[in-house]
Amino acid sequence: MGAVAVFCESDDKGLRSASLPALAAGAELAKQLAADVVAVLIGAHVKAAAEDAAKYAARVLAYTDPLLEAPLAETWAPQLVDAVKRVGASALLGTATSTGKDLLPRASALLAAGMASDITGVLGPNKFRRPAYAGNAIEEVEVAGPVIVASVRQTAFQPPPQAAQTGDVELVAPGAIDPLGAELMGLHATASARPDLGEAKVVVSGGRGMKAGENFKVLEELTDLLGGALGASRAACDAGMVPNDLQVGQTGKVVAPQLYIAVAISGAIQHLAGMKGSKVIVAINKDPEAPIFQVADYGLVDTWEKAIPPLIAAVKKLKAAG
Amino acid sequence: MKILVTCKRVPNPEHKLKIGSGQLDLAGASWQLNTFDEYAVETALRLTEKGKGGERSGEVVAVSIGPKDVGQQLRGVLAMGADRAILVGAEDAALDALAVARVLAAVVAREKPDLVVLGKQTVDGDSNQVGQILAGLLGWPQATFLASIRLTADGKGAIVTREVDAGVEEKGVRLPVVVTVDLRIIGKKAVRNEALAGPDAEWEETQRYASLKGIMAAKKKEIKDVTLAELGVDAKPAMTVKSYAAPPARKAGVKVASVDELVAKLHGEAKVI
Repeated sequence: MGAVAVFCESDDKGLRSASLPALAAGAELAKQLAADVVAVLIGAHVKAAAEDAAKYAARVLAYTDPLLEAPLAETWAPQLVDAVKRVGASALLGTATSTGKDLLPRASALLAAGMASDITGVLGPNKFRRPAYAGNAIEEVEVAGPVIVASVRQTAFQPPPQAAQTGDVELVAPGAIDPLGAELMGLHATASARPDLGEAKVVVSGGRGMKAGENFKVLEELTDLLGGALGASRAACDAGMVPNDLQVGQTGKVVAPQLYIAVAISGAIQHLAGMKGSKVIVAINKDPEAPIFQVADYGLVDTWEKAIPPLIAAVKKLKAAG
Repeated sequence: MKILVTCKRVPNPEHKLKIGSGQLDLAGASWQLNTFDEYAVETALRLTEKGKGGERSGEVVAVSIGPKDVGQQLRGVLAMGADRAILVGAEDAALDALAVARVLAAVVAREKPDLVVLGKQTVDGDSNQVGQILAGLLGWPQATFLASIRLTADGKGAIVTREVDAGVEEKGVRLPVVVTVDLRIIGKKAVRNEALAGPDAEWEETQRYASLKGIMAAKKKEIKDVTLAELGVDAKPAMTVKSYAAPPARKAGVKVASVDELVAKLHGEAKVI
């Protein structure tokens, strides 16, 4: 039986939920190819995550070594290549997280394989749907084998059902590990008790019209009240009001929550590309001509100063009424 | 220090795309340099400068792949300050990231730069692959999605910060290296070559625009035409686009008159709060 290799990420709690969409896309592709899903994990401590992944895969390969602790494309890409060759995989998938975006194209180069980025649908054994031009064109693409690589848009695939039988976990001792002189020197994590932007049910985003970083406090209050994640337009990130990892858009994160509230965001094409897939979109903007209103289910023409404090009060009242 | 910087033309992203019968019609497109490539050019230039408007040391070579018309965008890059340019003749629309990276690898073999700087993605294909594939083909280290880069004084390495999902990562790399840049790279102090610029060096918080002097100087600079055959590259794409469709349109929404009406709709109608 053939194989579809799926790169899975782990954190200290186990399998990252961001990897579930890749496993789901992997299962769809495996059906097309009459193949098995083989999950591939890499790192220093991936045992717990490998056991999580085994619920969704026929087989799990865990490449563990202290030298693989840092997520360096230089050392991780060769492990993916080893995994593809070891199981005779005809495809390699992974979610388009920042790690996946860094790593998968490098692995595709080492495999001399073509790659489709950010796929949103599996149309055939080597045919995929993917957005381009900031989501203004939907492409159907074909990737020629023998091995094909694809990154998976996180918001486009529902988490897969667990397999009837848990797969076998195999620990693989990596061969020589050469970081090519690259070294991870540190990670300045954005401390946040809020859910990840990619997974939140509610996202509240602010734009250039918020004027200053301190004004985002009022959006944070609304965000926390709704149990959501905070986002921002590229213009707000560019202006240094908030960190760039909050950026929603073509060149930032793609979100598809149940509720997206865009505050003081005009709705540039590149922003719309990152949130058009949301179920319900609310736009609050003082300019009635702002393009954001063209995609909003509910639009309120007002300044954030006048709209957000009463919105917070109204949501509080609603919550109190239960 | 020799730096190769990649430049791709893209259709103006603000213009509406013409899609019909499964085809994308770019015949009437107005072309411009990909924004992230503008940032890449700015990065490359700063790495050869002592500071804003200061002396320069090193060479910046711009490379593009495309039809003859791309000379227009390359001339703009030369006007920004790049020293010379290479235009590899090809139908850019027919190439995938792997083919582009193979062409670039052949250019790297000829030019032997210390550093290749690319934009993190082009805003047409949105693939975000070429830099990583190029590094893989060359067997070089890579540093993607850069928010900052500092070349060390010995000229042998770089310390970078990268925008990742969890925050900002600091990475050290050895030259030669392939880097791709994100939007923060045009910050005042985001780019510095320690061998040239002191810790106080800073630049405008934007990519530079061509000055009149720059435009005049660019007329005398070289754009060398190279063919795929001369480079000996097989540019057959592995990924091909079979058809294009417009995205499904969202149903028109309603304007609400007040916050209370909004909350009532979100609660009673949409049932999302």
